[in-house]
Amino acid sequence: MTPQEIADKLKAGFSEAILEVKIEGAIDPYVKIAASKLADLALFLRDDPETQFDFLMCLSGMDNGKGLLGGVYNLYSITKRHKITLKVEVPADKAEIPSVSSLWPTANWHEREAYDLFGIRFTGHPDLRRILLPEDYPGHPLRKDFKVPEFYQGMKVPY
Amino acid sequence: MPETLTAPLTTSTGRVLRTEEMVINMGPQHPSTHGVLRLELIVDGEIVVDVIPHIGYLHRCFEKHAEHMTNYQQVIPYCDRLDYIAAMNMDWAYALAIEKLLGIKVPERVEYIRVIMAELQRIASHLIAIGTYGLDLGAFTPFLYCFRDRERILDLFEMTCGARLLYNYIWVGGVSHDLPPGFIDKAKDFCGYFRPNIKELNDLLTYNEIFVKRTANVGVLPADVAIAYGCSGPMLRGSGVNFDLRRDDPYSIYDRFKWEVQVGKGEMGTVGDCWDRYIVRVREMEQSVKIVEQALDQIVDGDVASAIPKRIRPPVGDVYVRSESPRGEIGFYVVSDGSATPYRVKARSPAFVNLSVTPEICRGYMIADVVAIAGSVDIVLGEVDR
Amino acid sequence: MDQFLKSILDNDILVYVVVALLPLVWIVPYALFAVWLERKLAAHMQDRLGPMRTGGWHGWAQSFADILKLMQKEDIVPASADKKLHYLAPYVVFIGSYAAFAAIPFSSGLIGSNINIGLFYVIAVSALVVVGILMAGWSSNNKWSLLGAMRSAAQIVSYEIPTALALLTVVMIAGTLNLQEINQLQTGWFWHWFVFQKFPFPFVAFIIYFVASLAETNRTPFDIPEAESELVAGYHTEYSGMKFALFFLAEYANMFAVSAVASTLFLGGWNSPFGDFLGGPFWGVFWFLSKGMFFVIIQMWLRWTLPRLRVDQLMYVSWKVLTPWAFACIVGVGFWLMM
Repeated sequence: MTPQEIADKLKAGFSEAILEVKIEGAIDPYVKIAASKLADLALFLRDDPETQFDFLMCLSGMDNGKGLLGGVYNLYSITKRHKITLKVEVPADKAEIPSVSSLWPTANWHEREAYDLFGIRFTGHPDLRRILLPEDYPGHPLRKDFKVPEFYQGMKVPY
Repeated sequence: MPETLTAPLTTSTGRVLRTEEMVINMGPQHPSTHGVLRLELIVDGEIVVDVIPHIGYLHRCFEKHAEHMTNYQQVIPYCDRLDYIAAMNMDWAYALAIEKLLGIKVPERVEYIRVIMAELQRIASHLIAIGTYGLDLGAFTPFLYCFRDRERILDLFEMTCGARLLYNYIWVGGVSHDLPPGFIDKAKDFCGYFRPNIKELNDLLTYNEIFVKRTANVGVLPADVAIAYGCSGPMLRGSGVNFDLRRDDPYSIYDRFKWEVQVGKGEMGTVGDCWDRYIVRVREMEQSVKIVEQALDQIVDGDVASAIPKRIRPPVGDVYVRSESPRGEIGFYVVSDGSATPYRVKARSPAFVNLSVTPEICRGYMIADVVAIAGSVDIVLGEVDR
Repeated sequence: MDQFLKSILDNDILVYVVVALLPLVWIVPYALFAVWLERKLAAHMQDRLGPMRTGGWHGWAQSFADILKLMQKEDIVPASADKKLHYLAPYVVFIGSYAAFAAIPFSSGLIGSNINIGLFYVIAVSALVVVGILMAGWSSNNKWSLLGAMRSAAQIVSYEIPTALALLTVVMIAGTLNLQEINQLQTGWFWHWFVFQKFPFPFVAFIIYFVASLAETNRTPFDIPEAESELVAGYHTEYSGMKFALFFLAEYANMFAVSAVASTLFLGGWNSPFGDFLGGPFWGVFWFLSKGMFFVIIQMWLRWTLPRLRVDQLMYVSWKVLTPWAFACIVGVGFWLMM
């Protein structure tokens, strides 16, 4: 299926959740959706016999600037050999995105990483804790407004 | 009685242990975890009840560094250090992503050189995977044979770009140095030298009955679980899924070569056991030798630096590009805001994702099997932690 | 032999002490040589060179350098370890291997103690190493050491059985447990050796014994107790310096002890393979030591070739493969002798 067909299918089923569709002019076509509807849309994309997106290639956290955090979901179908990208956006002070780890177990670690580095909370995640950084690390480093802490556990950080 | 003796014991994630269970830490310093990885094993005697991996000991802030580079090309040495055993493939994936953003096409000679380097690197990486796998299971000798053969490949790399492990060779738009004179003959010599060594390795290790007993029917990963967990590379193909990015999501000039995708068939046990993943790697080495020989025959002349852009300012946009590294699917999600500095570079590393399936496939096996399973996942902590 | 010594020294106690220390004259140089040999063998099998510089020609002084280093290393004992057990464990392991040499005949005139139950004594006392290993694993206060010690105890105890049964085959043919007499019964050309008599039963018993002895000495493919890649170093993880050296010495002494028993019972011990040619009490020492070294070299060869078995597979081999076949050999020899 072409990206346009996939986007049309999504619009047909979830028209109120689709915020933006960019196919022409974008190197990787993407569909921007409302964060609250992510779990339903993802379930549809995974189980619908025409799309069958069974492989979550990559789940990245994003700092879009202007006080907005986002998540980017690159989906692929091994059986059908087509791709699509989903994007969601949430405000930084209340960054909550539904978790898709029950749909694609690989998202478990990817979401932990996005939480670790950006502070996005994934609701419904079975075990949301830091994965790369120590448990007591202050702040979420990949945010654009992150300041390196002066001291960490008594050690001076910038040298 | 003091509280420390009567309070229930818990693991680091808060799970309460039954009386028979014991928590053993494998790592972060352990000869078999292939780097600084901490596997918290909850065991009942010798049987593993659960495995909790703890990573992050080698986190070097690759993504944050990439956002502070003054130039897209400056990220390439950092990409080398992601999976330091397959550095050529890491560089190539990143270069592919930026080239897609810019919309540039590289000269033919550059494509051939990149394929040759990537496939030689694949052989070298699989040699390490196989050698250390044998070492984990007690076979000390194949490890040294594999390293002896790998030295020949590293000699070829040193001839070309001066470095043995971290090359900074494949740049956006081209490669840093052209092939030196004598490289093609030496590479052909290596291919001729290496083929019989694969047979020797098979005689010594692959079909050895003790090795088969240690790896067959151990750590079985069903195909649907592998796909759901995002496994890729030999882990996915070992479970019987016939999927290889070089053929199915093609990039560069792989369609000009004749080679076969190797899939695990459960010859010695079940489909998806450790032996299958291992034999996929051994056979992939043979196929890589084939590709290298064909590329060496077909290579054309040209200028390798003609397409390297002087200034890289991609248009606003984002792209996700993936390629097949020896460990699986290495993907770079690059977001550009129009300036010369990357806005976001996310490295989707295959070992990170493949490691996440380890708890699933370790339950119910013994401690010695955890060593075999962790070896068959073939992780490199540099790219797990970035 | 003690008569000879008594005629030189008057004091009885001194004679006994000298006789007790006599095997050390062989074991210590042998252990130093065997460590060097193992490193060279491993190196050449792995397409590299091994020690080349210490002392000049092919690094022959490497073992001496290692011993010097180990002697002056700091002895680290973990803070929460059981100090008495931790201190005693290497000695118990060494004693278990060393005491077996008391009853093994080095030559027709050279045997520590010519007791009538020689073979029974050798097998029994070499099982003492299990106690030492358990002490080492427990006292280190380290879960990995404990696992290694448990595995080792299970392994050694299980493999005692095929060992004893295989040796029983020879005892049935020889009719005696006295090791010196067993050797004397094999005098003559090499077809008098027990491994070739009443074919195929002692031959199969010999193979069973050799495999089981690999497990007794914790050598690959049965070296899970000290599996470097799984248990860091198993039961001797927490040992450093001279105590570690003592474990090593005990392991090499044990290797030679089981090789010596194999050559004594199956391959004629100190007998020359050519009958009377190159025979006699002095040549006997040469033949005995070469046969022992031959098996030691085979053990080293196997170590660098084969991967290691998992602990349950190891138990399977012992109980379900070696023991039934050893029983079959005994029954076979029994029928043969009755007819």
